[in-house]
Amino acid sequence: MTATEAAPAGVVGTRLLRKEDPALLTGEAQYVADLKVEGALHLAFVRSTVAHARIASIDVGPARSMPGVVAAFTGADLEGEWAGPLPCAWPVTADMKSPRHLPLAVGKVCHTGDAVAVVAAASEYEARDAAEAVVVEYDPLPAVVDLEDALSDRVVIHEDLGTNVSYTWELVPDADAVESAFANAAHRVKARYVQQRLIPAAIEPRGVVVVPQPFGGEYTIFSATQIPHILKIMLALTSGIAETSLRVVAPSVGGGFGSKLNVYAEELAALVLAKKLRRPVRWVETRSEGTQATIQGRGQIQDIELAADADGRVTAVRVKLLADMGAYLQLVTPGIPLLGAFLYAGVYDVPAYSFSCNSVFTNMTPTDAYRGAGRPEATYAIERAMDALAREVGVDPAEIRRRNYVRDEQFPYSSAAGLVYDSGAYEAALDKALELADYGGLRAEQAERRASGDTVRLGVGISSYMEMCGLAPSRVLASLNYSAGGWEAATVRVLPTGKVQVVTGTSPHGQGHETSWSMIAADRLGVGPDDVEVLHSDTAVAPYGLDTYGSRSLSVGGVAVAVAADRVVAKARQIVAHQLEVAEEDLEFSGGSFAVRGSPEKSMPLGAVAFEAFTAHNLPDGLEPNLEASFHFDPPNFTFPFGTHICIVEVDTETGRVGLRGYVAVDDCGNQVNPLIVEGQVHGGIAQGIAQALFEEASYDEDGTLRTSTFVDYLVPAASEFPSFVTASTVTPSPTNLLGVKGIGEAGTIGSAPAVINAICDALSADGVHDMAMPATPERVWRALQEVKGS
Amino acid sequence: MQLSLTVNGQSRNDDVEPRLLLVHYLRDVVGLTGTNVGCDTSSCGACTVHLDGESVKSCTVLAVQADGCDVTTIEGLSADGELHPMQEAFRQAHGLQCGFCTPGMVMAAVSLVAENPGLSEAEVREGLEGNLCRCTGYHNIVKAVLAGAAS
Repeated sequence: MTATEAAPAGVVGTRLLRKEDPALLTGEAQYVADLKVEGALHLAFVRSTVAHARIASIDVGPARSMPGVVAAFTGADLEGEWAGPLPCAWPVTADMKSPRHLPLAVGKVCHTGDAVAVVAAASEYEARDAAEAVVVEYDPLPAVVDLEDALSDRVVIHEDLGTNVSYTWELVPDADAVESAFANAAHRVKARYVQQRLIPAAIEPRGVVVVPQPFGGEYTIFSATQIPHILKIMLALTSGIAETSLRVVAPSVGGGFGSKLNVYAEELAALVLAKKLRRPVRWVETRSEGTQATIQGRGQIQDIELAADADGRVTAVRVKLLADMGAYLQLVTPGIPLLGAFLYAGVYDVPAYSFSCNSVFTNMTPTDAYRGAGRPEATYAIERAMDALAREVGVDPAEIRRRNYVRDEQFPYSSAAGLVYDSGAYEAALDKALELADYGGLRAEQAERRASGDTVRLGVGISSYMEMCGLAPSRVLASLNYSAGGWEAATVRVLPTGKVQVVTGTSPHGQGHETSWSMIAADRLGVGPDDVEVLHSDTAVAPYGLDTYGSRSLSVGGVAVAVAADRVVAKARQIVAHQLEVAEEDLEFSGGSFAVRGSPEKSMPLGAVAFEAFTAHNLPDGLEPNLEASFHFDPPNFTFPFGTHICIVEVDTETGRVGLRGYVAVDDCGNQVNPLIVEGQVHGGIAQGIAQALFEEASYDEDGTLRTSTFVDYLVPAASEFPSFVTASTVTPSPTNLLGVKGIGEAGTIGSAPAVINAICDALSADGVHDMAMPATPERVWRALQEVKGS
Repeated sequence: MQLSLTVNGQSRNDDVEPRLLLVHYLRDVVGLTGTNVGCDTSSCGACTVHLDGESVKSCTVLAVQADGCDVTTIEGLSADGELHPMQEAFRQAHGLQCGFCTPGMVMAAVSLVAENPGLSEAEVREGLEGNLCRCTGYHNIVKAVLAGAAS
């Protein structure tokens, strides 16, 4: 499967409207909170109001006597109920330190929002009232909220571990080469960038409903999750209930962005309480508990150095990362820095590379995957540093990139960090973006406005990115100590009436897999997309799957659908050859029908073959009945989408306000199954990157209290904060999969934040401002201008 | 407390707790779960419904405040199995992804357009300031509202 095969003419590549939409537009779609379960008890968790403390006492007595309350438990009451702690599936090093993490804390709390008790009551209002009646006394301990403070071990959060350092991880393929490059460099850039913590803020809060069959011994878990399959395995391991007794369903899920790629305390607690109380239970997060109890993203300090020759060609990249794990390790917390570790050379041909990472515990909510997970951080650092290099060398930011890009003829390109980039045409994406932005015109306007003394400065920021996605080749994951594989499963069956079912192991939550997988199957089977039903997100229906994250669904799961469909056609061919008494190679399959070459009147549509396969009256000897095939695709490599984004800002030097005048994105995700959906993913991705650059920060005070625990304090931007985006694409197919596709779910977020900050620095460069921390709030911009004025 | 109101054209009488929020009344008592709850500070707008034709955030209204009123939820917007023109515009423009903010966004958009049928892109963006979407970057939502206004 090395050659890229063009998809047959059909619906793939068209802007087909989504199948998912009518149910979502009318309110028919059912999210977890919408599920009606008779007799379900509502859970409310009592959460720590302090970041770091010993629990002196908890009294759930007052709660137990409140109206409607059925049960109330402390962490200590439930300590014996867990078969295991909450899981971390990515022990990145053999000596990684991981604290015991129970669904309800026992003895001490380590971040605000850490659950300490739970109440079960007849209604949601009664449960919350009762939770407020629980009395908890804390003996506060000093909180660790600064990463370098954490590294110093001034206060050790998990005393049994003896240190706040979870692990140290290095990727230094050739230390001498790096040393030599820096020793011989004509230009050097050294910078520190901070990736502030972000709150993922999917608009649907998390929620879980567990329906037990106390006598049958089975449990159905409905969860607002991206990962029903992984969740089922992890719940079996942590609850002690046999995996065969668990069914996990992700109903309609209202966005995830990584925050629902996890195994959460509330999911395990709900399952265990349903078992213990022999009643259905339900829990839906409030936003202000979600900001503290759902994982956060980013949280890194990046020290990056570039060495370059006299022309500005980068000869080495050296990165030291300090990463904030938060209070505990969630499902893939420690792996997030590794997902960026290979990418700090960005789209550039850099011969020497060095990366190291220290990861530390703090008294803040655990971090984990948030849209892009490691790759936006890496891209931000290299793209900011490239602008700094351009300034150092004295060339335009577009020119410094051109001089350094991996050239088209170098693909597949083996990077110094050890990756093999599948395909790329980086300069073409840059050229297209420059043209769409009218880069020359913008530079002319900028010069004019500077000359005229306009206090509103025009700035243009460029960011060229590539990323590794489509997680992932299982053997590569093994080399990184990830506990699972990276394959994806699909089954395609043609039903007796000719309708088609696709069963996928991916678990969409806004990405439109029902539409895209229908398109893929429809074209390969010669049927219409409306004839295809896509089944997903229910472990009883789709038993195998590794779910949806890391821009993996299309390039792994979608490819599995294509291959399974091709296998269905191959089986059908055997049946037709048998019934029409011709050789298989004499049959042509097109437009959903087999015809004998040279005798087109002898034909059989696929639906008729399916009925023959179903009756099994006349099948070749030894052939199994029914027209169904499965395929589990383990990709041979990641895919490497890329592109160039250009942000145009107007910065008011008197108020510090940054206005977004325009945004141009040229993205290349290989072949596109549905450009409508691709553009939607790009738009949303860009908005999240801009949000990091300008608006969002999970801000903690020195005591470890989250100051941004509601949507009043945490600024998720609204429509009024954005311009319309100009998006375009180039198409460089991936040679590593049958469809020639790459991921697009995270690309927009990966490309955008550095474009915005580079634009602000560009706007203010004549004022002497060359650095800007995120988020670039008006106050921060204004202060930066005052500092250079004062100096 | 006794509550009498009309929900999507149907008269109802219910005995409710005084503190019951309109959104919880609609979801838990009436059983209309298309109206979603996305925050607890009246910030996100996922719970937007029409109260006597005006858009309100139903998490900011007590059910008893709707006494005597006419409430329309997303379930009451389409008729005879046909999508409302604004719903159709959202579909055509791919103005939704996960769909969770969509009922509130559509209800807000319908109300916005009713107040100002000839609105500009900037006015759409300002007018939807109280409704948050995390998936679309608003690009296609704005296109949808402008198209919906035109139809």
